[in-house]
Amino acid sequence: MAEGWFAALALTLTTFVVLDGFDFGVGALSLVLAKNDAERRAAIAAIGPFWDGNEVWLIASGGVLFLAFPSLLATAFPAFYLAFFLVLWCLALRGIAIEVRSHVQSPLWRSFWDVVFGGSSGVLALLFGVALGNVVRGVPLEPGIPLTLAFFTNFSPFGQVGLLDYYTVSVGLFALVALLAHGAAFLAFRTDGELRARARRAERRLWLAGAVLFALVSAETAVIRPELFATLAARPVAWPFAALAVGGVVMGARAHRREADHLVFVGGALLLAGLLGATAVGLYPTLLRSTLSPSASITAPSALSAPYGLSVAIAWWPIAVALAALYVAFTFSANREKIRSSD
Amino acid sequence: MDDPSVWHRLQFAFTIVYHYLFPQLTMGLALHLVLWKWRAYRHGDTASAEAARFWARIFGINFAFGVVTGVPMEFQFGTNWARFSDYAGGVVGQTLALEGMFAFFLESALIAGLVWGEKRLGPKRHFWVTVGVFAGSWLSGYFIVTTNAFMQHPQGHAFDERGRLVLADIATYLFNPWALVQYAHTMLAAVVTASFVVAAVGALYALQGQHLRAAERFLKSGARVGLVAALLVAFPTGDRQAKLVAEHQPVTLAAMEGRFESGSHAPLTFIGQPNVRERRIDNAIHAPAVLSILAYGTPQRSVLGLDAFPRDQWPTNIELLYYSFHVMAGLGTLFIALLALVNLALFRGTLLAKKPLLWCLMLAFPFPYIATTAGWMTAELGRQPWLVYGLFRTAQGTSDSVSSGNVLFTLIGFTGLYFVLGILFVFLVGREVAHGPGAPPPELYGDPAVAHADAGGEHG
Repeated sequence: MAEGWFAALALTLTTFVVLDGFDFGVGALSLVLAKNDAERRAAIAAIGPFWDGNEVWLIASGGVLFLAFPSLLATAFPAFYLAFFLVLWCLALRGIAIEVRSHVQSPLWRSFWDVVFGGSSGVLALLFGVALGNVVRGVPLEPGIPLTLAFFTNFSPFGQVGLLDYYTVSVGLFALVALLAHGAAFLAFRTDGELRARARRAERRLWLAGAVLFALVSAETAVIRPELFATLAARPVAWPFAALAVGGVVMGARAHRREADHLVFVGGALLLAGLLGATAVGLYPTLLRSTLSPSASITAPSALSAPYGLSVAIAWWPIAVALAALYVAFTFSANREKIRSSD
Repeated sequence: MDDPSVWHRLQFAFTIVYHYLFPQLTMGLALHLVLWKWRAYRHGDTASAEAARFWARIFGINFAFGVVTGVPMEFQFGTNWARFSDYAGGVVGQTLALEGMFAFFLESALIAGLVWGEKRLGPKRHFWVTVGVFAGSWLSGYFIVTTNAFMQHPQGHAFDERGRLVLADIATYLFNPWALVQYAHTMLAAVVTASFVVAAVGALYALQGQHLRAAERFLKSGARVGLVAALLVAFPTGDRQAKLVAEHQPVTLAAMEGRFESGSHAPLTFIGQPNVRERRIDNAIHAPAVLSILAYGTPQRSVLGLDAFPRDQWPTNIELLYYSFHVMAGLGTLFIALLALVNLALFRGTLLAKKPLLWCLMLAFPFPYIATTAGWMTAELGRQPWLVYGLFRTAQGTSDSVSSGNVLFTLIGFTGLYFVLGILFVFLVGREVAHGPGAPPPELYGDPAVAHADAGGEHG
């Protein structure tokens, strides 16, 4: 049971990052890559039919937490209080910017919302990376004491950990660059002309930069949590995810050369899914690691909700996920054509 | 100032009240859209098709504001009400997860089709997409009302070894009698809100002497659907709701009515100020024995007053509860009267000539929002001092590690953000109303052809 709900949480969160991740990437990139109103419209049109459904995967993740691991929710959410509201406000600004930007013709109006859209998208990509960094590194949990965490630290590699410290910020930067690359691939897949050409150049550079940052983050992780890689290697469940990530890279690189834009995007999606899936396998059964003592960590079995409610949920949750997958497939198939941004 | 629970409560109250301004129009308008699309599709009624097209745009704007103000709600259970989430997550997590998985995904998949897909989908599929959005929004409402109904009248639960709530019977939880009544009452009230909004735009156009065909359609739809819904809000749903309160939360009923002493032939107070210190209603105007009849069906039955309950069971803010309830019930009665007059004029064919009535209708649209807000305040203040009625007190539910300064900070943040959102909403909807039906479709982000055609938008 605990494995299943841990997997369900990993699934909804990974799907959220892979799907809404490209929205964040497109949003932040639109500030740089889209040079005129037609191109900025095309960038927004590219993700317009997607973003709302993609964001629901975050709500679905919250639902799994509430349903299966309420005590994790009760410990982690107040500890990350300010960060949560930063995320919620950015999500609100991002959604509103997309929806209202094109309602008014004025260039000033549009420029304002373009900056709101790009800025909030970029901050969101960074913050979700920071969140992952905190989960991997662990937080100073002590039994019986409510967890509190400094919002940021002096960024020194030594001493106190905080929500934003050198490690979590570097994971955040990796997430930002990876999601920018993912967004560039999506933009190349959905647009044409100059914008697509720029997105193609950007996707290549950004994925290369992402590889460098990934090496850096891996090295830091090896120092902070040396046992993580050993655990991964010892768990055969992780291997398909590693294969998925490697396969995604190969697929994306080949598709990039053949200019098969949709496959570059799929390759990037597989890479992200593989990385996150493997991370989840490495972390299991820990949901929130204590940096102070291993016994204080919150694990999937210890935080698990009561059996009856979960057995009820097992009856409907898979159906709901299948339906949601169907909607994703429907949205992609209804919006797979390229958006013209040039005459 | 130092008690964080005050700020936690204020923040949740503010964000939920603000959020609910949007979904109530979404849910009510969804019903109107389905009705218009049906008339257009089955009977080829072009005025209804035009009405649906016009209101779908406002629906799209309203929906987006509902989404962005709704996302913070689920997460605030964790950030601000952590001890409640830990205590009750085993039960309420079920419906909150159900809502996201079944309702939000459905709505998000179909909303673009509803707002922008009429041409591409064709009449039949566009009708069904509208039905799908309607179903999604009403399903979402059911799961939320069920969650609230559990907090009002816990059913289908048990306790684990640490004393926390766990689910014991899903059917009892989902079909809580309280939930069924509250759901019907809430949804019908949402239909009243939307009907008033639709009728107000109709009245505006009629008074301006423009878009007269649309004006007539809006006035008829708003007035007819609105009257039926307003009647059903009062009876049987409001009546059933009051009887449930009388049965399961008698102390709440006493406070709502400002009834300090028990006894038979309980009067119904129309006007008067509760004086909690002196334990009486000042300047009361009341109808004798009516409360006994409303609550129990006979004047002989005694209705308990606040004196029958220990002080620590009393709702914490009796004055606000009393006024909220009376504002809701009073407005609900006025809605029936106004809509009855409008329907009478429609029946006689004299409505367009009755300027004062049109003015009233045009200016009435904020009041259903006030009534639904007052209704929710009645429900939530009436539940105090409990978070889960009879089981778990509100003061026990907050996140104890979050300081009052942090909550105040985020409350101020929400106030600023929502102030801007409110201006934006009024501005955008105002523009749509000013453009009127038949105006060219709004500039779409989702339609490649339009994105292309409007490539020179910057110069336009």
